[in-house]
Amino acid sequence: MLITTTKGLMDEALLVKKTGEIDNEDERTTWTEYRLDGELVHRSAHVTLKKNVSMDPQIAGF
Amino acid sequence: MANTQAMATSFKTELLNGIHALGTSVTRGATTPDSFKAALYLASATMNAAATVYTATGEVSGNGYTAGGVDLTGTPDWISPASSGTTAYTTPSASIVYTTVTLTTAFDAVLIYNSTQGNKAVSVHTFGSQTITAGTFTLTMPTNDSSTGLLRIA
Repeated sequence: MLITTTKGLMDEALLVKKTGEIDNEDERTTWTEYRLDGELVHRSAHVTLKKNVSMDPQIAGF
Repeated sequence: MANTQAMATSFKTELLNGIHALGTSVTRGATTPDSFKAALYLASATMNAAATVYTATGEVSGNGYTAGGVDLTGTPDWISPASSGTTAYTTPSASIVYTTVTLTTAFDAVLIYNSTQGNKAVSVHTFGSQTITAGTFTLTMPTNDSSTGLLRIA
């Protein structure tokens, strides 16, 4: 598989792959890094939002 | 029977649909939904509820990223506002994707804004700090319901 890198498209077999994941109450995030001779040449991330924003309107009595 | 003071749930949904104008309103030439965009902000920026319009101040920059961010690409941009119980809610119809970008300075927020109505701010959402190198950054939306929808009027 070809990977988009800072050095152009590269064969995945030439790269060192590392993945990670964060899962908490706010988000679930996965990321993938590829390194070539220790140099970071690709990093992608995928964030699934869990935290929303809400409005709690109030009305006044007479 | 008893009367109960409350804000009508239908009013909440109608706010999301732009039905009510309690003050001076924009003049709409069509009934089509507005278009919205999503811009990313550096972890060092100050993007919060005080935001009124899109600003380039504090916005990320880098290869493949255009100032102003990307369009929301759903059809329409937001799932049709609905309500459940007394909560009105809606969520963007599709994930927000920044394809093949390099953003080497950490960012941790996205501003969603209305590009049809003078880039007026809608909401700010934060996440764990990220950088992207020749890669894709994807924001996937939560389930669109009354407890997790991205925008909720409870």
